[in-house]
Amino acid sequence: MAQFRLPANSRVRRGRDFGGAEGATAARKFEVYRYEPGSGENPRVDTYSVDMDECGPMVLDVLIKIKDEIDPSLTFRRSCREGICGSCSMNVDGTNALACIKPVEEVRGVVRIYPLPSMPVVKDLVTDLTNFYAQYASIKPWLEARTPPPPDRERLQSKEDQEKIDEPSACILCACCSTSCPSYWWNPERYLGPAALLQAWRWIVDSRDETTGERLDALEDPFRLYRCHTILNCTAACPKDLNPGRAIAEIKKLMAERQH
Amino acid sequence: MSLITPLNRVLGLGTAAGATQHWWAQRLTAVALVPLGLWFAVSLATLDEYSHAAMTAWIGSPITGALLVATTLSIVYHSWLGVQVVVEDYVHSTGLKVSVLVLSTFAHTLGAIAGVFAILKVALGTP
Repeated sequence: MAQFRLPANSRVRRGRDFGGAEGATAARKFEVYRYEPGSGENPRVDTYSVDMDECGPMVLDVLIKIKDEIDPSLTFRRSCREGICGSCSMNVDGTNALACIKPVEEVRGVVRIYPLPSMPVVKDLVTDLTNFYAQYASIKPWLEARTPPPPDRERLQSKEDQEKIDEPSACILCACCSTSCPSYWWNPERYLGPAALLQAWRWIVDSRDETTGERLDALEDPFRLYRCHTILNCTAACPKDLNPGRAIAEIKKLMAERQH
Repeated sequence: MSLITPLNRVLGLGTAAGATQHWWAQRLTAVALVPLGLWFAVSLATLDEYSHAAMTAWIGSPITGALLVATTLSIVYHSWLGVQVVVEDYVHSTGLKVSVLVLSTFAHTLGAIAGVFAILKVALGTP
C-alpha cells in the first residue's frame, strides 16, 4: 500500500566522471542519466566535460560529441537536428526540451540531462512512448465526414477556418508537454495528456470534420479530459511555442456549451 | 509481455458520463463562494459586539440565516467535489479509492446536515 522508498530502479547513483576537455577555456560540465533496465544495475549519472569552443551550441551537439569522442555507449534518439521531428525530446536542466534547439548557453552551471520524466526508460535517454502514441491514435487523428468530397476537388475550407487548425497542426508529438504534466504522471493510462488533447482539439475545430459531437463524447470522462487542472506546465514546456493548455480549456468550454 | 494492444488499454472501459456536470458544479460553487465568502467576512467583521446574544441575533436574522445556509452548502458541495478529484488523482488502488470516496461522501453529507441543523437551531430556536 503506502510506499516510502522509491522503487529500486528509480534510485539514481553517482556514476563515472569521464573528464574530457582538459586545458579547454570554454569547458562545460554535463551530467547525463544512464540506465539499462536489463543490466540489473541501478540508474547512474555520468559526468562529461566538453570544450564548447570545439562543439556546436546545442545540447544535441554536445550529446553527439560525447557519443563520438568520449563514450559511444551513450544512447539517445535524434534525427532532424532542427526541431521538427521531435525525436530528441528530453529533460534538460529540469525542463523538457528538444535537445537540438536547446542552447547550452541557456543553462547556468552544470548541465543536467535526463530522459522525459515519468516515462519507462528503454536505455539512457530513450523512453518508451508506446502508451503516448496509443493515446494519440485513440483520438482518431484523421478527418471523418459522411458527406463525400466533391468529385472534382478537395474539401474546401475558408481561410479563417484553416487558421484555426494552423497552430494545433504544428505539434510534432515530441511528448515534452505530456511528460511535464503531473496529472499525466499520476494517471498516464487514463488521462490523455496535453499532446493528445491538443490533437483532439485540432480535429474538433476542423470545419471539414463532421464528427465534432462524437469527438466531444469521447472526451466526456473524468479521466480522459478532466484530469487537467490547468497548471499549464504543458504550455511552458512546448518547444514549438504551442498552447495545449488553451486547447484543453477550449474543449472544456465546448463541453459546457453543449450542456446549456 | 501483455497481449492486450496499447490502443485497447488506452480505450479501456470507455467514457464515464457526467464529467462535465462535475466540472461545472465545481466551478459554480467556486464562483458562488466568492460573494458569499466576502459577505461572511464583512458581515462578521462589522458586527458591533460578539456577545452570545449578539451572535444569536445575527444568525437569527432571515438574510444572515439564509446566506449562512447557502455558504455552508456551497462549501460542503465544493469540498466534496474537490476531495473526489484529489483522491482520483493520487489514489490508485481501486479498493482504497472507493473506500475513501464513500467515506468522504458520508462525511460531507453529515457535515452539511450538521452545519445546516446548527444554523437553523440557533436561528429558529426560542431564546
